[in-house]
This record gives sequence, C-alpha cells and structure tokens, in this order.
Amino acid sequence: MIQIREVTKRYGAKTVVDRLSFTAKPGQVTGFLGPNGAGKSTTMRMVVGLDAPSSGDVLVNGKPYASSKAPLREIGVLLEAKAAHPGRTAVSHLLSLARTHGIPRSRVDEVLGLAGLSAVAHKRVGAFSLGMGQRLGIAAALLGDPAVVMLDEPVNGLDPEGVLWVRKLLTGLAAEGRTVMLSSHLMSEVSLIADHLVIVGRGRLLADTTVADFVAAEGVRVVTPAPDALRTTIAGPGVTVTSTGAEELLVAGASARVIGLAAAARGIPLFELTPQNASLEEAFMDLTRDAVEYEASR
Amino acid sequence: MKITPGGVVAAEWTKFSSLRSTWITTGISVFLLIAFGMIASASFSGDNLTSIDLALSGSALAALSVGVLGALLGAGEYTTGMIRATLATVPRRLPVLWSKSLVAGSAAFVTMTAGAFAAFVAGSAVLNAEIGALDLGDDGVLRALLGAGLYLGLVAVLGVALGMLVRSSAGAIAILAGLLLIVPGLAALLPDSISEAITPYLPSNAGSAVMTLTHSDATLAPWTGLAVFAGYVVVTLAATAYRLKTTDA
Ligand SMILES: Nc1ncnc2c1ncn2[C@@H]1O[C@H](COP(=O)(O)OP(=O)(O)OP(=O)(O)O)[C@@H](O)[C@H]1O
Ligand SMILES: [Mg+2]
Repeated sequence: MIQIREVTKRYGAKTVVDRLSFTAKPGQVTGFLGPNGAGKSTTMRMVVGLDAPSSGDVLVNGKPYASSKAPLREIGVLLEAKAAHPGRTAVSHLLSLARTHGIPRSRVDEVLGLAGLSAVAHKRVGAFSLGMGQRLGIAAALLGDPAVVMLDEPVNGLDPEGVLWVRKLLTGLAAEGRTVMLSSHLMSEVSLIADHLVIVGRGRLLADTTVADFVAAEGVRVVTPAPDALRTTIAGPGVTVTSTGAEELLVAGASARVIGLAAAARGIPLFELTPQNASLEEAFMDLTRDAVEYEASR
Repeated sequence: MKITPGGVVAAEWTKFSSLRSTWITTGISVFLLIAFGMIASASFSGDNLTSIDLALSGSALAALSVGVLGALLGAGEYTTGMIRATLATVPRRLPVLWSKSLVAGSAAFVTMTAGAFAAFVAGSAVLNAEIGALDLGDDGVLRALLGAGLYLGLVAVLGVALGMLVRSSAGAIAILAGLLLIVPGLAALLPDSISEAITPYLPSNAGSAVMTLTHSDATLAPWTGLAVFAGYVVVTLAATAYRLKTTDA
C-alpha cells in the first residue's frame, strides 16, 4: 500500500506537488494520470525517498520507506530517468542491487528471463535500446519480489509485445494481492489495466475515482420509426429525451434495459439501442483542460 | 532477505569490479608506481635521497591516478543516474558512502602496497651506484612501503568523497589535482614565515611524510603526517555525508 498524505513539494518558488493525498491499495492497479509536468514523477520519487517532501508524508506499507529493513521487499520501482551505469552489463547492474539484500544470483537470472533479457544479460547497458532499458528497469523493480510495484510510464518505448507483457504482468501482480501503481499520460492505456484512477494537474488532485465511474454514461441512443410514441412511453421524473434526428432520440436517465422493455410492452419497434459513453480520452482532457501547463499553440 | 552492512559492501564491490575503468586506472596506478620508481632509482642521486625515496618517486602520480579512480566511482553514480537505483535500494543512504569508501580504499591499499613493494624490489635491482642500497629489514623501510599503500588508499577514499560531494567527474578530478599538486605550489608563493608554517600540513606533504626516511623541520613525523592527511579525508567524508543525507538525489 502507498499512502500519500497532504504532500507538497516545492522546487524554489515553484510548487510542483500541491497538498496531494491519495492511497494506492493492495490487490488493485492504480493508474496515475496527468498532463506533462503535473508532478507524477516527482510524487513517485518522493515515495521512495529520493526527493524529500516540503511538507506532508508518504508511507509505504504503513511506514516511512527509509525505516524498512528490506526496502526491495517493500517496493520495486521503475523511475522515469535512466538509473543504470552504461558501462555495466545487465547482470552486474542487477547483481549490484541484489547483493545489498543478499538476494541470490538465481533471482537475478529469473527476473532477466521474465523481462525477456536473458540473451543480452552480458551486454553493456549503454548499448541497450530505449525499450530494453525499460525492460531492465522493470526487471530491477521485480528483484525483491516486492509487495508494491510502482512504475513511471512503463510502456514508454516498448514494442507491442512489450506493452502486452507489461499489461499482463501488472494485472497478474495485482491479482496476487500486490499494490500496483503506474503513471501515464494516456488514458486509453491506463483504462485497460487500472481499476483505480488518480488524476493530477499542476500538482493538485483532480480526481480519485474508478475507471467505471470516470466514464460516466452520457445516455442511450435510440433509433425508432415511432419516436413520439416512445417519448410518451418512457417519460418520467429524471428522464430527459432529446431528438437528434428524424428517427433518433438520445435518452438520459434511463438504462437501455428499461427503454427496451418499455418499448416492447407497447409494441414499438427499435432499430438501435446503444449506450453512449464519453470517450475516455475526452473525459480526461475535459478534466485536465485547465491544468495543462505545456500546451502546443494552435 | 534484508539489507545488511555486509550486503551493501558486497554490492559496492560488485559495482567497483564490474567497471572497465576500475581495472584500467588501477593498472595505470601500479604501472606509474613501478615505472617511475625504476627510472628514478636508476638515474637520480642527491644528498638527502635514500633508495626508498627513489623507489617511491611515482607515488605523486599514482596518487593522482588512484584519486581519479575514486572520483570516477563516486561521481559516476550521479553522472549516469545510477544513484537513483542505489538510493532507492538503500534509502538510509549513508551506508552507500561508507561502503563505497571502504571498497575503493581497501582495493587501492592492497594494490598500491603491492605496487610499492614491487617498486622497491625492482628499484633496488637497478639502483645507481651513488645511492646506498637498503634492505626490507632496515629502519623505516617497511613503514615507508606500507605507509605508501595506506596513503594511496586514503587518496582513493578522498576521491570517492569528492566525487559524491560535487557530483561531477571533471569537478572532482580538478579539485583533487588542485589539492594534491597545485596547493603546494601556491603555498610556496606566500611569505616565507607563513609558507614554512603551513607547508608541512598541506595534504600531499602531510601524506608523503610517512613514505620517506628523512625528516626535518619542514616535514611532519611519519604517522603524524598520515594522521593529518586522514583528517582531511574525514572532513571531506563528513561534508559528503551531510550533502548525501540532506539533498534530493
Ligand atoms: N529537480 C527539479 N528541480 C526543479 N524543478 C523540477 C525538478 N524536478 C521536476 N521539476 C519540475 O516539476 C514539474 C513536475 O515534473 P514531473 O517530472 O514530476 O512531472 P510529470 O507529471 O512526471 O511529467 P511528465 O508527464 O512529462 O513525465 C515540472 O514543471 C518540472 O519542471
Ligand atoms: Mg514524469
């Protein structure tokens, strides 16, 4: 479990994380979303104590990370910036982390295999492609078989096979009861694996919700040759019906099931009955519109 | 499975030994020590020179080389980004500094002590006729050779501390070269009374006291000199520890 409690981080005069609070719970995948510069990477660095919060605190599995006797067992991280010496081989890099905790060489080989890096285990990290570097970072995160896995933009630079691998890996880890948190700018990517969504903009919490709730239903699109008859049939408190075409209605406040049953009871034919979801990406953009810091000029 | 002091030392040894630069700079240091020792033994003479002084005449350059080794090791953590993985793994941080210093210091001590003995043996073999030969059993000879290893080991630690303090290879090497080579030259420019008072205490002069058999008013006693040098190292380590503990990685 990761608990972020009223955390603020300032670099000089600039407040990068602003009284942020949320919890990433065991057994679920928490997606951490926000536009460029929202403070995601900064927050993740604070979780493992690389940056100290200006105020507030962060707990990993209920305690401050630095007090842990076996930090690699508590949490495995993949950070945004490169964190390996280019002159070392993949094996030496992982061994130099593993030895601190007395993790055996066999575990190093195991995570290299998991990450698909066995063939390049003895290659220097400096010669790795972006995606291979990313795989090495994920392998390092798994070394200590940690209760929490936290990855900063893990699919960045990965090929489709790699993206699929990360998705399966993370949902698998969460299914084992671990806490999984990953950051991304891409709502579509996160919505495929995350249960829980934390959305930030300019360091502030914008939403702490579930994927299902975030994608609020906009209504049901109905196509029928008798729109007026259907209107009267389903009219009621909380139900609004708008006409969007000669034979088309958009119904809000009633589910597709209710509409379909009502129409059947009156013998009104239906050609189409489709729940309309706001696109995830659109909902995300709406939410973060005011919080975008680095926007392309139009 | 948990973090242990021995584990952190083992990890630092893995980091140290898995870099090509480690082997190259160590090799260069040993080579400088032996080569300069032999050349000087074969060709130099003078009133106050003993065969030990000649055999160890490569120590100043070896110090620079061994210091560079330490500096690359320390600053390399920051220039490559490795420090983030290192500190996320050892969040209490200070064990990393102690272990890295211990590994670099011990490795330099062992290789440089061996190099000093080799330089003495090889130098004695080619010693020119003007200089009296010395034996390992003679007064101060063992102390000087072992002292050379200790001094060079401490220089490696100084390099590690400077590297992690300034977090840049070039910066750390410049400071190191300045401390060991340039500061004594600058001190000579001061008025005599001041210069004479401080010269023995300058880092490289204090450290060298342990490696020579001839001591005067202008040099510290052997172990006093080494202790003074160790003092500089400890102060630098303390500054590094403070910065490591209190600033963002
Ligand atoms: N060490 C630092 N010193 C000064 N400013 C910093 C530092 N680290 C980050 N920042 C600033 O903090 C802000 C947040 O950066 P951060 O990397 O946390 O954002 P992010 O959400 O991860 O963005 P992205 O999606 O682009 O990765 C940025 O404006 C950045 O310039
Ligand atoms: Mg980021």
